Amino acid sequence: MKQLPALARVFAYVSFLTVGGGMAAFPELKTLTVDVHQWLTIQQLIHLYSVGQLAPGPKMMMIVPIGAWVAGVAGAVVVLLAFYGPTALLTLIVGRVWNRLAEWPWRTSIQKGLAPVSIGLLLAGSLTMAKGAVTNWMTALIALAALVILLRRPVNPAILVLGGAVVGVLLFRIS
Amino acid sequence: MEIFNGFLLIGATSFGNIVPYLRDGLVTKRGWIDDNGFIELMSISETLPGLNATNIAVLLGDRLQGVAGSIAALVGVCLPGAVVMYLAGIAYHIHGDRPFVTAMLKGVAAASTGLVLATIVQLGQKSLTGIADFVLVVVTVVAVNRLHLSVPYALLGVGSVAILWYRPRNETSTRRS
Repeated sequence: MKQLPALARVFAYVSFLTVGGGMAAFPELKTLTVDVHQWLTIQQLIHLYSVGQLAPGPKMMMIVPIGAWVAGVAGAVVVLLAFYGPTALLTLIVGRVWNRLAEWPWRTSIQKGLAPVSIGLLLAGSLTMAKGAVTNWMTALIALAALVILLRRPVNPAILVLGGAVVGVLLFRIS
Repeated sequence: MEIFNGFLLIGATSFGNIVPYLRDGLVTKRGWIDDNGFIELMSISETLPGLNATNIAVLLGDRLQGVAGSIAALVGVCLPGAVVMYLAGIAYHIHGDRPFVTAMLKGVAAASTGLVLATIVQLGQKSLTGIADFVLVVVTVVAVNRLHLSVPYALLGVGSVAILWYRPRNETSTRRS
């Protein structure tokens, strides 16, 4: 229970870094939850993120089990409120003034400027994840296959992640 | 309540990328917003911190019914996935060390990495327009992964340079600045 304030701090802070997508915050999420607070290992973090791709709804619900492992149901609730509350409030406020900003020339500058930076952050996050998830040529092949298939065919990504599960069982069961 | 139910349904049935489900549910099925409105909400959501799906929920909820609508939409879209992941977390804690499960998770993690990269490539194809954009992407990646700059510094540092690069250049803006 005494971890609740730390959970709230970490997840509220990390939520403000999810510009462009949850993955943008991954390096910071890893530093704080794995290295600083040692709530879980990097492998567990990658597993949770990956399994989270199979859950319905927004794709960062992997934060819920982290909160739950650290402080039970209360931890899960605190993490949810901390992660979604403050950014929701910011979005609510900006959403209301957004149209009034239409005349403000910097609005376009901010949008154009942040687009490549957020893509860079997403890429940095996915490389951090790849370091832990792509560890040999077999995992590299699975990742590459998923990438190529998704870019060429309109497949539901969740089905590909399930496919990864099947291939994983077939390839790695022995080791 | 109708807002809550609408978003709850999307939150419970959207597997993979949630945006097409939002568009289908909010624009096509319920007619709460038209296509242009949805694209506008999407562009606000992409610029602001927070996940696109939850930002869209907050923005549309607010337009439909103010703050109460926002909360209803946000809770609705989050609830199913949160419950699923809560249970998944318990199952993982109990069975996560079994060889069968670790083998499966290795495959899932590798496939997810490919999936994340594919999402980024698609996003890049849509929004990276010039050499400057690609330079900004590379600088951001190097700052975070090679120089181990923490994400907020990279975001503020590279972000401000990027915004200045795209600073307003027409007459009205020179008068303002």
